[in-house]
Amino acid sequence: MSAVFVWIETVDGAGVPLSMEALGAGAALAGELKAPLVALVFGEKAADVAGDLPADEALVCDDATLADLRLEPCAALLTRLVEEHQPQAVLAPGTIRGRELLAATAADVGGSLLTEVSNIDVQEDGALRVQRPVYAGKLLMNARGSSGQTQFLALRARAFPPAARRHAAQVNITRVEAALAEEEIASKIEAVTSAAGTVSLSDAAIIVSGGRGMAGNPAQPPADAPDSAIWKAQHGFEHTLAPLAAALGAAIGASRAAVDAGYIDYDHQVGQTGKVVSPDLYVACGISGAIQHQAGMRGSKLIVAINRDPEAPIFRLAHYGLVGDLYDIVPALTKALQERAARG
Amino acid sequence: MHVVSFTRSTPDTAARLSVAADGSVSQGDAAMVVNPWDEYSLEESIALAEDKGGTATIVAIGPALHEEALRQALAMGANAALRIDDPQQVTSDSLAWATVAAAALRRLEDVDLVIFGKEAVDVGGDQHQVQTARLLGWPYLGAVSRILEFDPGAGRIRVERSLEQGRQVLAGRLPAVISVLKDINEPRYPSFMGIRRAARAGIPVHSIEDLGVGLPEARTQVLSLEMPPQRTSAAEILTGTPEEQAAALIERLTGEQVL
Repeated sequence: MSAVFVWIETVDGAGVPLSMEALGAGAALAGELKAPLVALVFGEKAADVAGDLPADEALVCDDATLADLRLEPCAALLTRLVEEHQPQAVLAPGTIRGRELLAATAADVGGSLLTEVSNIDVQEDGALRVQRPVYAGKLLMNARGSSGQTQFLALRARAFPPAARRHAAQVNITRVEAALAEEEIASKIEAVTSAAGTVSLSDAAIIVSGGRGMAGNPAQPPADAPDSAIWKAQHGFEHTLAPLAAALGAAIGASRAAVDAGYIDYDHQVGQTGKVVSPDLYVACGISGAIQHQAGMRGSKLIVAINRDPEAPIFRLAHYGLVGDLYDIVPALTKALQERAARG
Repeated sequence: MHVVSFTRSTPDTAARLSVAADGSVSQGDAAMVVNPWDEYSLEESIALAEDKGGTATIVAIGPALHEEALRQALAMGANAALRIDDPQQVTSDSLAWATVAAAALRRLEDVDLVIFGKEAVDVGGDQHQVQTARLLGWPYLGAVSRILEFDPGAGRIRVERSLEQGRQVLAGRLPAVISVLKDINEPRYPSFMGIRRAARAGIPVHSIEDLGVGLPEARTQVLSLEMPPQRTSAAEILTGTPEEQAAALIERLTGEQVL
């Protein structure tokens, strides 16, 4: 029976956490289809990464053209491997690179593609039926791919349990050649700046977010600050929210209102025109909970709201509500967490 | 210089959506607006055309409701708009959509650059963009936060992309397809004159057959839409001094095993 492929995304020669979720989903699907589970690892240290994976087989290529997982050479290689092996399904983490790669190869081979998949069911005819959020999570769509050809699924972050590490069997590694030579590739990567060390919003198990209420900082801006509200909010993100995030091992998010007001970079925006996240714990600080923001975080398993206004819509979504000034509550929470950590 | 952008109309971002008994999406009395991510791609297309003395053409694929987005683009300053009708709704599948889009791009004259917004919120995806580039054999540069260089004469584009783990400078040859993020620009508001002009503009409508492609086969099928599970229980409000609130919260989070 033809295989289930899972593409493993790597950064700096290590698999990203979402790849393990894709491998977990792939293992469940391969079990149901009674198909071998094949991991595909491209780029730097591909064989090292593959050697640690709980898969039956791995196809690896560490050709220099695949560095930083440039789309064109990766897609050409995946297309060739799909044509050679005719897998039943190809899964990938729903990262930017994972989505782009599956889209390109699905177009090359004419396979069905569904993205942001949060649930997979095998139908009687072999088609994969999936659930996926649309309208930034305001609605869920049920859709199906086409059996009889390779079906491509890019998975939603944190929707599937990561694969359990397996030590018993050795993964059977096959090295494959790149499909394109450098001179055949129309795009060149000229520079990479890594944000290594920070917790990315899409991977984060815990997110601490700040909103418009960040401007209520009691700290006094210096006389030369051009805008008092912006200074107070930026100071609050750095000196009040960041310590709580550090104590929780959390990533920092923000509402659109905070981003549009210039309190924090757009990279942090959670919501309809930002990132859609689904952490285990979401702590909303000074966020009223506009529907655009709810769309981005309503999939969080546990939601805590800290807000001065007891009527704020965020309390209708939250599991735990703390009514009060975030600049009183957040430092108290940070201190209590630090003391708890110190006690071990 | 010719830049093309695709857009569509979607419910206002503040709309509360529900699924009616017949399975259709209801948005109450909320208006249709331009897909929120497309505000940035439209702005970028119009600004590039102005800067380089070229043409910005805006295309929508689908029913007449997408003319709302096209008129917004014209009001902002786009040079031309057209709609490709799809009465059979085959373009709900991304590869079918891309087949139609690629055919349209082949028929438009001398396209240098295609600009998409990050994603279409109604279908929740960006794969149709990559697939359009792929069917044309053009490079795809996604998640662009800045265009560092755009030189149609030299056939070259350089962009800064925002990826999950940092930023990347990527150069490609033209024609190319790019997708832009919210931080690339500050979209303009349409002028009064622009709105009046757009309201009067005739928007040409073509059929998929006009493009010389057969109706592509849809590889995926939408079965149904449903509401996500709603929270029915109210939040537990933790009271007391900030220290008492903090202690109560830590106790709850420990009990929920998230700490």
